[in-house]
Amino acid sequence: MGTKRHFRIWRGDESGGDLQDYQVEVNEGEVVLDVIHRLQATDAPDLACRWNCKAGKCGSCSMEINGMPKLGCMTRMSTFEEAETVTVTPLRTFPVIRDLVTDVSFNYEKARETPAFAPPAGVAPGEYRMQQVDVERSQEFRKCIECFLCQNVCHVVRDHEENKQAFSGPRYFIRAAELDMHPLDAKTDRKEYAQAEQGLGFCNITKCCTEVCPEHIKITDNAIIPMKERVVDRRYDPLVWLGSKIFRRGQVPQTSVTSASHSGAVHSHAAPGGVHSHAGGSHDPATEAQAQAGVNWHREVPKPTAPAVDDNGKLPLTELTFDRAAAPSPFGDDVQFPLPPEHLNFAHPEQDKH
Amino acid sequence: MTTTNRIERHHYDVVVIGAGGAGLRAAIEARLAGKKTAIISKSLFGKAHTVMAEGGAAAAMGNVNSRDNWQVHFRDTMRGGKFLNNFRMAELHAKESPQRIWELETYGALFDRTKDGKISQRNFGGHEYPRLAHVGDRTGLELIRTLQQKIVSLQQEDKAEFGSYDARIKVFAETTITELLLDGEKVAGAFGYYRESGEFILFEAPAVVLATGGVGRSYKVTSNSWEYTGDGHALALRAGATLINMEFLQFHPTGMVWPPSVKGILVTESVRGDGGVLKNSDGKRFMFDYVPDVFRKQYADNEAEADRWYSDPDNNRRPPELLPRDEVARAINSEVKAGRGTPAGGVYLDIASRLPAEEIRRRLPSMYHQFKELADVDITKEPMEVGPTCHYVMGGVEVDPDSGAAYGTVRGLFAAGEVSGGMHGSNRLGGNSLSDLLVFGKRAGGHAASYADQLTSRPKVSIGAVEAAVETALAPLQRDTGENPYQLQQDLQAVMGDLVGIIRREGELVDALHRLAELRERVAKVSAAGGRRYNPGWHLALDLRNMLVVSECTAKAALERQESRGGHTREDFPAMDPKWRRVNLVCALDGDTVRLTHKPLPKIRAELIALFDRAELAKYLTDEELADFDALAEEAGK
Ligand code: SF4
Ligand code: SF4
Ligand code: FES
Repeated sequence: MGTKRHFRIWRGDESGGDLQDYQVEVNEGEVVLDVIHRLQATDAPDLACRWNCKAGKCGSCSMEINGMPKLGCMTRMSTFEEAETVTVTPLRTFPVIRDLVTDVSFNYEKARETPAFAPPAGVAPGEYRMQQVDVERSQEFRKCIECFLCQNVCHVVRDHEENKQAFSGPRYFIRAAELDMHPLDAKTDRKEYAQAEQGLGFCNITKCCTEVCPEHIKITDNAIIPMKERVVDRRYDPLVWLGSKIFRRGQVPQTSVTSASHSGAVHSHAAPGGVHSHAGGSHDPATEAQAQAGVNWHREVPKPTAPAVDDNGKLPLTELTFDRAAAPSPFGDDVQFPLPPEHLNFAHPEQDKH
Repeated sequence: MTTTNRIERHHYDVVVIGAGGAGLRAAIEARLAGKKTAIISKSLFGKAHTVMAEGGAAAAMGNVNSRDNWQVHFRDTMRGGKFLNNFRMAELHAKESPQRIWELETYGALFDRTKDGKISQRNFGGHEYPRLAHVGDRTGLELIRTLQQKIVSLQQEDKAEFGSYDARIKVFAETTITELLLDGEKVAGAFGYYRESGEFILFEAPAVVLATGGVGRSYKVTSNSWEYTGDGHALALRAGATLINMEFLQFHPTGMVWPPSVKGILVTESVRGDGGVLKNSDGKRFMFDYVPDVFRKQYADNEAEADRWYSDPDNNRRPPELLPRDEVARAINSEVKAGRGTPAGGVYLDIASRLPAEEIRRRLPSMYHQFKELADVDITKEPMEVGPTCHYVMGGVEVDPDSGAAYGTVRGLFAAGEVSGGMHGSNRLGGNSLSDLLVFGKRAGGHAASYADQLTSRPKVSIGAVEAAVETALAPLQRDTGENPYQLQQDLQAVMGDLVGIIRREGELVDALHRLAELRERVAKVSAAGGRRYNPGWHLALDLRNMLVVSECTAKAALERQESRGGHTREDFPAMDPKWRRVNLVCALDGDTVRLTHKPLPKIRAELIALFDRAELAKYLTDEELADFDALAEEAGK
């Protein structure tokens, strides 16, 4: 009843490996994970692959299928042509353990660093009162199944091992946002924390994370952008700014920045004038068009353009040590005001339902 | 010996095997009691099967209907379990689950809310009032994530205090335990391997909590993940503990049967709670024909009344689609057998014609998504094809109801969650498992901690036992002539699915036992190709041993119990027999054969039995027990 299909699967371990060819039977209605299971039961009993629920609920079976980060159990075989070769490789951002299994401990480390929910003082268990509309914003982020596809696809760490230290990634931005929006969370500095400790500034809103999220969480629109905007509101309060300026007179402000990748590359295209890009952020029409048409996982995206801040998290205050007159825009160099309304893209979780 | 010297060793006060809801809750409790705690997770942290629970967690908080209280919940649980439940567990569960749910909110859980801002509660099969705290249809995920994040927060406290996240509670992800190690009758530790590297690991600990979940992987059509190979059941047996009620398996009435990409995936009961109805291939809403006498008082016998119930539950009887799971599963089975099923061997579950599309998407968002993406089925437009799916095992480790300590000869072993038995009797109500995890997870963790405290000396792990464990674990890799583990698993699944499935017969059960004996010999010779690094074939080869012994328990107990009750249906004994209600079937391991004994159920305390109508009890109890009840009632009347 089934037909034979051609699969290429990456086999190997941290010391190296290659794509191996398999001809395998595929039946109507199956998903990629079904095919991998058939291979394990026949040709390749030791083919390593994670899975648990086979229902898109646990986030274990993340892999790259024809270069696209996907859940193996949610990718129907009917989405491929009969004659099409299906290539399955492990997640690229994380070190390979064996075959399709990668070491995702990076994510668990970042999870551990993100401060936990702080229960409100003096509210006994059973006395928590919240309105449905208020919990819904955070609930959107709690849908996350921790598949780490967003972490895998984010260009800040994909192929940039050196950024992993300072960058928590979209999964943990939504965690910070979730707690920030939690009606009863007692901590008030979630946004500052995201900026200072999680490397929110690295993110230049390419939206790749949102595109791959199997739970359809609007990671960028509903978490990252609101967090960035509010970080900016607080951090650049003019009085605080003036205060720090006076206090720090005589010191040489340093332009070494929290963002390790804030290198010359950023300044080289700093000339404002383009629109705020949500697609590629590159201001290069060709890349832009390509990005709009669909995501090319291998394209070079520019380094983030968060404003450069010094060791103390302050903006550089003197033109002597900075590359242009006046202060940098706290919104990043690729944003121009006023923003056209169509670029104000906070999407309320309810909006799709009307 | 050098091989055992090189094994990584850890010392803990409490080792929790299993990182689902029960395991995490137990670990939190042990850590809060100040014990150094290890959590062993067979897959990555936060992926446990608990994430699959959709409906909600049952707790009589009375937020939606203030008439609800623990007594009503207790009554529903006993009724659902056909009075075979351990009454004390059902009582503790009903009393403590509200606190356990509220506690989750202090860990950061965000349940759906009522208008006045409390936790919303929904209707569910077998529960008299709306009782299930829920988050859309992903309550299990919320529960796991909340507990996971609570553990992280405890680790952050430890980091602040001791400088290390792992100072007092550590998660060993992708680690499987293959053996419990004893010192005499006392638990001394646990032995296993890292899945990732294939390296062995030894935990020395005086107290072990089993929270390994169920056994569903022994069945062909199952909603369970690969982890559900009955590890905890088998570990307990081999350590000298006993299992009870192993004949009772719950087949979820509505698992998808078509298309294959979603086969086995459950369609939550809330589809029926929200108005979904079951129809056969003639388009008939057939559940009205299957309301058993014991339920006539609560369930409607005509469509008009049933439909009114959704908006006016106080003045109408419930639709029969909300009967307990076993009744629904049996009804579907009968329809299919009578030739009124779908081509794939199920029946239709129709919500599309009952609610507007937008309303369906709002109430069942992840269900809608799942089927749309996985199978291209639009549940707002077409009916689903559903049928019975192996879902939950009621049986498990026989435990002390208050502490979760395993009975049998072993000391220092505790069990909670699906791996423990007794709480749900012969059939579990939907929503009771999530609250079960929390209530008994906490209890087992707490009691394991105090057990470790009161020990005067630490039990010792013997080198010999470790060597034996190493040898057993490596054996499949060293054989190259034996059979492929995947083939053996398939054969086992076929035996269990075909012969020890939802409807059982004496001849088939006897046959099943023969085949299991044959399989046992083949499994003893299984061989796994490849090396030790992340080798799923090897892992399965080791799990097979557990699946096999647990399947034997199920088949033996199913053959012994000559009646039909809850999750055990015998075609040759179709009725419930009050005499059998007084008996638990207890399995123990004698060498390597399963020994089955009868054990009387504990007698329900007077004030608890008084919560029921005499008329209702008459359906379950023997005349002798009823006379007792009458005497009690008379005394109370005086
Ligand atoms: S928007 Fe782009 S840069 Fe920002 S977190 Fe997502 S993938 Fe990374
Ligand atoms: S946010 Fe989405 S893509 Fe990222 S881990 Fe969660 S579910 Fe996966
Ligand atoms: S196996 Fe759980 S998401 Fe794919």
